[in-house]
Amino acid sequence: MDNHQIIEHIPRLRRYARALLGDRYAADDLVQDTLERAWNKFHLWRPGSDLRAWLFAIMHNVFVNQVRSKRSEIEKTMEELPVVAVRATQSDSLEIADVERALRALPDEQREVLLLVAIEELTYGEASRALAIPIGTVMSRLSRARERMRRLIAGAEPVVPLKVVK
Amino acid sequence: MTPVLEDDLQAFVDDVLDETRRAEVVTYFAERPEEAERVRAYRAQDVALHTLFDPVLAEPVPAALVARPAARRWRPYALAASVLFAGVAIGWIGRGSLAPLPQAGSSLARSAAIAHAVYAPEVRHPVEVGAEQEDHLVKWLSKRLGTDLHVPKLAPLGYDLVGGRLLSGPQGPVAQFMYQDTRGQRLTLYVSTQKGEGRDTAFRFSQEDKVSVFYWIDHNYGYALSGEIKREALLALATAVYQQLSP
Repeated sequence: MDNHQIIEHIPRLRRYARALLGDRYAADDLVQDTLERAWNKFHLWRPGSDLRAWLFAIMHNVFVNQVRSKRSEIEKTMEELPVVAVRATQSDSLEIADVERALRALPDEQREVLLLVAIEELTYGEASRALAIPIGTVMSRLSRARERMRRLIAGAEPVVPLKVVK
Repeated sequence: MTPVLEDDLQAFVDDVLDETRRAEVVTYFAERPEEAERVRAYRAQDVALHTLFDPVLAEPVPAALVARPAARRWRPYALAASVLFAGVAIGWIGRGSLAPLPQAGSSLARSAAIAHAVYAPEVRHPVEVGAEQEDHLVKWLSKRLGTDLHVPKLAPLGYDLVGGRLLSGPQGPVAQFMYQDTRGQRLTLYVSTQKGEGRDTAFRFSQEDKVSVFYWIDHNYGYALSGEIKREALLALATAVYQQLSP
């Protein structure tokens, strides 16, 4: 029984979901829905292939299908950004709160790519498979995400929360 | 040299260029300080993102996330659907016998093994109530499970009680008792209600990844002893547990 293998990945799924959504409870709901689906579909996972990338692919699908439809609720919770303990001296000199705010201002599809690559350290190929997009799209979204973040953090662009048009 | 493109810069940030290309990009930066600055900013973002979200990795995982799907939160519509389904099923097979699900026992073993895998490695909070409050532990868990629990003594076999905790299982509350030997090897005894199963079972063995489990059902309660130890050693312990619980 390979459930333990899935369990080992839960902390990283939680980190990614938290970074993606900002809100702790919404993030754990996303993880829970992802795990439910993973457990139900575990027979479809090919042993030997990357379980982590497979789980991120499931999370992406759940996110796209469910979370986006609840977007307005999430935007409300985003106004109360989580309080994060920040060390007094940031060696990188970035204001951590600015980074978080900039991250929230990215379009979902750019934020997903940035987080999978920068935090979860998926290869471009793995990110491409997890998100079911061509590798060229991964690269262009990554580039746009990083540049947008940079401009937002530098104050070159005002942070305006995106409005989702259904 | 091949022109340096945006993809190269991203790959430089992510540190996935080979040596040669990396050196070429560094050369490129010498002539383009604004590009070097941009890449430096991207790397700082990555560091900041890790600072923001890596602490999540150290948080304890909520118990609800490690339970099997059936043990998870009830969604109103799922409950309504299952009640409806049960009604239909009872009506449908009303004349026949309601046989217990064949995998009832094996799901017990699996749930127990997962609970073992989650809590046995815990260093700081392996149990909710420690062995020093054994009376309180037994009273509390007995009340929650609706039966008089007895905690088997495994000290003669080298395992002392560490304590216990309350978990949520597929069929309601579950008690988990943890034992430890002098080398820190841990065993967990998982006691769950098996409502409607009705049927007692013999000792069964299941290997769930690294965790060995002996389990049995006795008078509507399921018991599972889990440990990452050899089958024979676990059998001796499970036999001792069984004898103490079924006088």
